[in-house]
Formats: sequence, C-alpha cells, structure tokens
Amino acid sequence: MIKIFKYSFSDLMRSRWSLVYLAFYLLLGFVLLFLNNDLSKGIITLMNVIVILTPMIGTIFGVMYFYNSREFTELLLAQPVKRSVIFFGQYLGVSISLSLSLIIGLGIPFLAYGLFRSGVIVNFLLLLSSGAFLTFIFVALAICIALFNTNKIKGFGYAILMWLFFAVIYDGLMLLSMMVFADYPLDNFALVASFLNPIDLSRIMILLKLDISALLGYTGALFQRFFGTNLGLIASWSMLVFWTFWPIILLIRKAQKKNF
Amino acid sequence: MIQVKNIQKSFGKLRVLDRVSFDITESGIVSILGPNGSGKTTFLKILLGMVIADKGFILYQGQNISHSHRYRNKISYLPQIARFPDNLKVKEVISMILDIRNEPANPESLIELFGLAKYMDQKLGNLSGGTRQKVNIVLTFMFDSPVIVLDEPTAGLDPVSLIKLKALIKREKSKGKIILITSHIMSLVEELSDEVVFLLEGNICFKGTVEKLKAKTNTEDLEHAIAKILES
Repeated sequence: MIKIFKYSFSDLMRSRWSLVYLAFYLLLGFVLLFLNNDLSKGIITLMNVIVILTPMIGTIFGVMYFYNSREFTELLLAQPVKRSVIFFGQYLGVSISLSLSLIIGLGIPFLAYGLFRSGVIVNFLLLLSSGAFLTFIFVALAICIALFNTNKIKGFGYAILMWLFFAVIYDGLMLLSMMVFADYPLDNFALVASFLNPIDLSRIMILLKLDISALLGYTGALFQRFFGTNLGLIASWSMLVFWTFWPIILLIRKAQKKNF
Repeated sequence: MIQVKNIQKSFGKLRVLDRVSFDITESGIVSILGPNGSGKTTFLKILLGMVIADKGFILYQGQNISHSHRYRNKISYLPQIARFPDNLKVKEVISMILDIRNEPANPESLIELFGLAKYMDQKLGNLSGGTRQKVNIVLTFMFDSPVIVLDEPTAGLDPVSLIKLKALIKREKSKGKIILITSHIMSLVEELSDEVVFLLEGNICFKGTVEKLKAKTNTEDLEHAIAKILES
C-alpha cells in the first residue's frame, strides 16, 4: 500500500494544482497576519475560510483525481495487488497531499509571526486538524460519488451538489425548520442535526475551544450547554472520526465490486 | 491449467457472456475471436479480476481466482488500448511496475529490441500511439509469467515492430507458456494459434484448431471460415 500511496502522492505533488493550493494558503496566511497582526484573530478569520474551502477543494480534487487516474488504476488492477490497497492508497495520496498543502501553507506564516511564543498554539493545531479532517472526509465522499458514477459530468455535478448541500443548503434547511417548528422544543433535534454535518461539527469544535460565545450560534451554544467545553470537544472530535471512516468503508466496498 | 466454468456477465440489460465454459489444459497460443462486442475483452478482464462475473468462476491451477489477487503475478496483461498516466516518464512507469510487482524482470533487452532507449525520459502523454504500445509490450513481456494475456497486441504497430512482436510471442510459447490473444488480424491468428475459441453473442460457437475450423466450414483460410460462421 505504501507503494501505491507513494506514486499517487508524488504524482499529485508534481501537478501544478497542489502547489497553487499551497501558495494560496501561504498568501492567505501572510496577508491575514499582516493585516491583523494578531494570531488569535487570524485563527478566527481562517476558520471561516477553512470550513468552507477545504471541503470544496477536497471534493473537486477527489473527483478529478479519480477520473483522471483511471489509466493508472487500470494498470494497477492487472498487477498482483489487492483492490482495497489500490483504492485506499490512492485515497491517502490525495488526502495527505491536500492536507500537507494546508498545514505547510498556513504553518509557515504562523511560525513566522511567532506561533511558539504565543498561547494559541493549541487553537491553531485544532484549526489545522479540523481542516485536515474535512479534507479526508470530503475526498472520501467525492471518490465514492465518482465510483458510483461512470459518467464524469454526472459525477462532478453530484459532488459539487454534495458540497453545496453541506456548506450552504444544510444550514438553510436547519434555519427554516427552526422557524417553522419554533413552537416545539428543538434542542435535541438541533443537536442531532449538527452531528450530521461535518462542516458544522468542525466549526463548533473550533469555536468551543476558542470560547467565543458570540460566534457559537444556536447549535454551538446548545453543544456547550449540553456537553460543556471539554466533553463537547471530545464529542465533536469523535463524530468527525466517524465521518471520516464511513465514507472510506463505503469507498472500499464499492471498489471491490466495480467493473473496470 | 485454466478452467472457465459457466461465466455469465451482463452490463445493464446487455448480456455480454452467457454461461461460457472451456478449459485450457496445455501450454500454447489460444486465440479468442469474435466480432466486436462479442465479449472477448470482457472475458479477459474477468480472468484478470478487473471485471467481476455475475455467475460462474475461473480456476487457475485448481484455485478459484475470484477474491484473490496473488494469482495475478502469474499473469502478464497487455491491455487493448495503451493508456498510461500522462505525466509519468517511460522509465518511471517501467520502474513503478517493477517496484509494485517486485519480481525478477528483464526490461533492458526489450527496450533495446523496440528501440525505446531514446524515449526513456519522455513523458508518456507526448508519445505516439505506436510507441506507447511498445512501452505496453515491454511492461507485459519483461516478467517471466507462465500466462500471458494479449488484447489486440498489434494495435498501432509498424511492420518491423510487428515482426519483432511475433518473434517474441513465439519465443515465449517455446518456453511452455499459455498465451491468450484476441485479434482482428486473421493472418496473425492463423500464423500463431494452436487453438481458436470463437465467441458469438456471448457463447462459444467453436473451439478447436485452425485446421478443424477450416475443415468444418470447408474454406481455404481463416478469414473466410470466420465470415462463413458469421453469415450462417
């Protein structure tokens, strides 16, 4: 598996896109810190960018990589390698290269502005890890969609729709249902609903740690009241782990049955 | 060595293979023939585990190959269309496959035979179809596998390379290997094959030597024999 990972990873690292992605984060990090000159504020601003952008890039790269590497996959399928190894190796190649772009791209500006001398290193690490989680989750979801759709246009369409659903539509639906059912007790519903969206989960996770109640929003406030900060962090963290695993399992199961 | 038992495969409503069974017991060259869409490539891909049969199974040396992957180090496969990751160099793709299979191999003599040395640092995306096919041939023949599967091996090759390929196939046959070929070039099939399996609409409609097929259809050459089967 390490071999498959190695080839996918080096293939992606050589492509211009992961460098563009890395450069984007470098620029974003430096510009934000230059304007704010405050690491804490930088983290809050970045959080808003990361929870939307990493899922989008993960989705697009995941689908694109799967469709583009079909030749590579077919070449590997005829070799004495397990299917699960081929697909898991490729998945790790995409997710890890994207996560590294994020970590290096934001890490360098924050280090340059004295991350180690500040007290926000844990917050910063939490921000990076939720970005990495979202990358792993959405790459897996995107590859699943690509596996189920041989037609590229359809696959791309569904993948973008999936991202749009979690990033925008989901919140709209939540808000709408809160308004419609305002007369009923909605605490449990809202709590469960936030578990079902990885983007919401990572937003809540970061905000709980940052302890900015003004930004927590309704579900975040519920989270804090229900779990408290520490338990809330653990709960959202473990839900993100769950969100990472089930698409991977689906991906491997589907890959076992697919005809090439 | 290879036993095919009741293989059935449909893509949607289209039944590509319908309870195909046959055995390949001896070494030699077996040609799988049939018109376009008769299920030749699908059969080869099932043998390689790239397509999963709906029903039936294939035994290789008595072992069921479904859900297994190790048997594939006994098979070298030349796909129908030479498609590779475009941004890899020729030498990279060769070393990658060597690395993944991790078996003794001899690519150098084949690279020399097909004059690929000057292309080694070129990206695969920049090569012509014929040159890519030569890379494909190197990847297939560089291992000493007991089974070789060739899907349209002559596609895009110039006459000089074709002669070299035929010599290569005969050399491998003399080592006592099983070689499965699909091709639409009947002269090639006639020259090389020990046995012919003719697929039509997902069924085997003939299996035997080229001579038998000619005698059965009462024709002079293989091309006419095939045409006669298709017309009847």
